[in-house]
Amino acid sequence: MMVITGHSQGKAMKISEILEISQGSLLTPYANPDIEILGGFAGDLMSDVLASIQPESVLITGLSNPQVIRTALIADVRVVIFARGKQPAQETIKLAIEEKLPVISSDLGLYEISGRLLQHGLPSFEKRMLHAFDSD
Amino acid sequence: MSANMFSDKPAVTDDEAAKITRVEELAYELSVGEVMTSKVFSLRPNQTMREALDEFKQHRISGAPVEVDGKLLGILSIEDMIRSLRDGRIDLTVADYMTADVITARKEDPVIEALKLFVKSRVGRLPVLDSDDKLVGILTKSDITNGLLKALQNDYEAEELIRYRASHLFEDIVSDRSTLTLRYNVKRNDFSHGGAASNNIKKALLRLGATPQIARRCGIAVYEAEMNLIIHTNHGGVLRVEIEPDRITMEAYDDGPGIPDISLAMQPGYSTAPQEIREKGFGAGMGLVNIKSCVDEMNLASSLDRGTNLYMVMHLDKTRHFS
Repeated sequence: MMVITGHSQGKAMKISEILEISQGSLLTPYANPDIEILGGFAGDLMSDVLASIQPESVLITGLSNPQVIRTALIADVRVVIFARGKQPAQETIKLAIEEKLPVISSDLGLYEISGRLLQHGLPSFEKRMLHAFDSD
Repeated sequence: MSANMFSDKPAVTDDEAAKITRVEELAYELSVGEVMTSKVFSLRPNQTMREALDEFKQHRISGAPVEVDGKLLGILSIEDMIRSLRDGRIDLTVADYMTADVITARKEDPVIEALKLFVKSRVGRLPVLDSDDKLVGILTKSDITNGLLKALQNDYEAEELIRYRASHLFEDIVSDRSTLTLRYNVKRNDFSHGGAASNNIKKALLRLGATPQIARRCGIAVYEAEMNLIIHTNHGGVLRVEIEPDRITMEAYDDGPGIPDISLAMQPGYSTAPQEIREKGFGAGMGLVNIKSCVDEMNLASSLDRGTNLYMVMHLDKTRHFS
């Protein structure tokens, strides 16, 4: 069993790999399957996301309102996964399409999606909040 | 995009989505007339095949439409030429060897229609007719490739020009102190627009040439401030961003109810947001903490009768300037 401890040991992942590993389906067009994702973050509290997440990452969340998209845009997230098979509101998808942000719906839960991605080598971008911007 | 975008099923399948590109969009946007070769060499039906052969050699072409006064009669290809040579009847006319049943494209049609014709018919070139059925040009696959590349280049240059104009804003205007002020009114409880102003601010900063790091930090700070106006005020408030060559000043102010204990509000995880707000993903008690870690200067002033004023500054020094 591989143990992932931090950034340096992980590998970047393409959206196409993330789709496969999360068993998700893409809800928006325009996804370039070759976009590289450098790390991941899972959570439902948007301020936690903003405090912790690094650019060029995947955001996995149980929420599905348009603020998720706006938060993701502010934080330079490259792809959002809605967990537990949640179908986001129309306006959420509409906003994502307008902003060309790929969003994925997966039937798996937050824990399982995160676990799978981590196991496949995608690093965690979750940080202790006080150090969130050290590397920016 | 299709009309069933909002049905229960995903808007497009993964496979389809992967294939949709800007080039494909352009294939729908560009017309055949925009990419075709319009100065078209053509043959008359009464010319001999020998003359046609000389024309092909001289113009280095492998096929040409056959017309009289703009009316398309057929098309002569190199295969037709070979047939006449094989038959040893090179002195017969073009009309004897041309293909009269011609597949044509319409000048007004989108390029995608012509592409479909190429795939379906396997022809190498399509004569192009206008709405009066007059021959106006000829279209090959390389015309389409060149047209798409040119359109992509134009897209790119247009975007560059907008960026250039915006990022040279301060150089073009001479004054002792130039500032650009962006102002947004934020309504209380307006969750459906929550974060919209901040995203506009972030985009404006990028347009003006801010580095992605600066735009991101400012974006996060004003986003948290915007959500605070939506969640914690009596009537909403105002977001005001003042952009100068050496600094970005961001302000959020409202008319109440004010913060009773600022030092408590600044504690990580302290939140007064009710449960329904938390269910929306807000009220983590991290907003002010996030703001503080994003900006260079932060000042929070509040009084219970006049409301709250949040003042944030980002300095743009030599390493963190508008590029």
